[in-house]
Amino acid sequence: MKILGIDSSGLVASVAVAEDGVLLGEYTTNYKKTHSQTLLPMLDELKKMIELDLTTVDAIAISSGPGSFTGLRIGSATAKGLGLALQKPLVEVPTLEGLAYNLCTSKALVCPIMDARRNQVYTGVYEFSEKPFGATEGELTYDLKVVLSQRAVDVRDLLQELERLDRQVIFLGDGVAVYRELICRECNVPFAFAPAHLNAQRAGSVAALAQQYYAQGKMVSAAAHQPEYLRKSQAEREKEERAGRG
Amino acid sequence: MSRDVVLLSIESSCDETAAAVVKNGREVLSNVIYSQIALHTEFGGVVPEIASRKHIEKINQVIEQALSDAGMTLADLDGIAVTYGPGLVGALLVGVSEAKAISFATGLPLIGIHHIEGHISANYIENKDLEPPFVCLVASGGHSHLVVVKDYGEYEIIGRTRDDAAGEAFDKVARAIGLGYPGGPKVDKLSKEGNPDAISFPRAKVDENEYDFSFSGLKSAVLNYLNACQMKGEEVNRADVAASFQKAVIDVLVEHSMHAVKEFGYDKFAIAGGVASNSSLRKAFEERCAAEGIQFYHPSPIYCTDNAAMIGAAGYYEYVKGVRSGYDLNAVPGLKLGER
Repeated sequence: MKILGIDSSGLVASVAVAEDGVLLGEYTTNYKKTHSQTLLPMLDELKKMIELDLTTVDAIAISSGPGSFTGLRIGSATAKGLGLALQKPLVEVPTLEGLAYNLCTSKALVCPIMDARRNQVYTGVYEFSEKPFGATEGELTYDLKVVLSQRAVDVRDLLQELERLDRQVIFLGDGVAVYRELICRECNVPFAFAPAHLNAQRAGSVAALAQQYYAQGKMVSAAAHQPEYLRKSQAEREKEERAGRG
Repeated sequence: MSRDVVLLSIESSCDETAAAVVKNGREVLSNVIYSQIALHTEFGGVVPEIASRKHIEKINQVIEQALSDAGMTLADLDGIAVTYGPGLVGALLVGVSEAKAISFATGLPLIGIHHIEGHISANYIENKDLEPPFVCLVASGGHSHLVVVKDYGEYEIIGRTRDDAAGEAFDKVARAIGLGYPGGPKVDKLSKEGNPDAISFPRAKVDENEYDFSFSGLKSAVLNYLNACQMKGEEVNRADVAASFQKAVIDVLVEHSMHAVKEFGYDKFAIAGGVASNSSLRKAFEERCAAEGIQFYHPSPIYCTDNAAMIGAAGYYEYVKGVRSGYDLNAVPGLKLGER
């Protein structure tokens, strides 16, 4: 099974191709250029480097949100265009699950935080359990379990939830840079921050997790896919606020 | 006769998600438009984030419909043309990203197209005899340009609006007299019941450039008139306001355009853009061009509104010139006509 993964939900642009247990290639940049200028040239480069025949791809995995609205749409439109042209399904991997999967061997809780502006973070809490895999005795795989579903919250509310869960936690994601001091000051459970090579979105993780979802039959058509923003547009929010006051 | 060139074209610069299949720039094999107008009406205008979300939701269906209406698959095509500016950046990015991905997956060449070049080229679809050079007035909700089309893909902008676009003025006046969004068709309809000479609204001239437009003064004059009526407790005849306002816009558009056609010595004139489907505007140009011995061209209303067939028409002429875009093609919200 060959999966092409895409993540352009945040500051990072990343593409990867995974086949069965092998990551054939991954190309990740974290640079000021817009994803619109980098994402497809990166995919083109990766394709050449691994001599990828696109028609052999079984599905396109897309980091499906939350994240930057525009970033999500650049990735989604790219995935939808590929799906349309190659007549292949898409696998939607929630951005926070893809991020958490960077740390899938962790025994601690995994808590990705993405800066959502307006004093909030997009976050969720995940844990990984080992379960038997395949026919070989003793072989295990890491199963993602959602402890706290993805949401946009004030980081202090998140810290309270973590205190309630009362377990060791690892933070990662671009929200760490923004809230590091506050977490160090106010987090009341043992915590760690993920190291540089694991703390941002990676299409390799998206593709690897998508392999599980694909095997479970969790695909959507390219036409049906749209990002999960977790937030309404500002115009709709303001309209609701006005209606609420009125 | 060289072989046919068939392009898939995609347009998502504002609030229509559109795709088309066009042969040799003149023959429309399919033209699918998903209009979001109803979504934006309650906000009184296009909300960029809502438009972008709808584009991503609809774009594959629209493209698949365009291919199926044309009885074609991607394998039958020669290239993909896509609007990359000007427009709303988030909206443009959906079409651009989608087109690039399809180009990448199929190997079909990609051609980025200027939205206004598309509007101008809409005239080629139904007017098989129309060839450059000619003068074209492009008037829509976002644009008011007087353009000399020197050759296919070669443009000189000789006049532009200094403030509001013509269609924008229609929207604002429509809101002021309680007609709602979108203003153009509503003002056009109500005007038929009114007297265009009932109220004398100003026809603005711009000193530095005789071909430039200014509609904000006219808009203010309408608002002032409505205020004055309210102060005096006089009832406003909305149909007269609509008709008089519309006449003032049309007078300016016609005068500037006819002046340009004569000054530049051309015998052909075309209109394009959403405002070009205004029935009174068309009539005014038809009469004036006939009186002056100028050939008058205009697209059907379906090709005046934002659509992808016009992008396919423009795309053909760029394609045959050898214009190609790379995978790094970006949306350019402020793209200038004639620049790449």
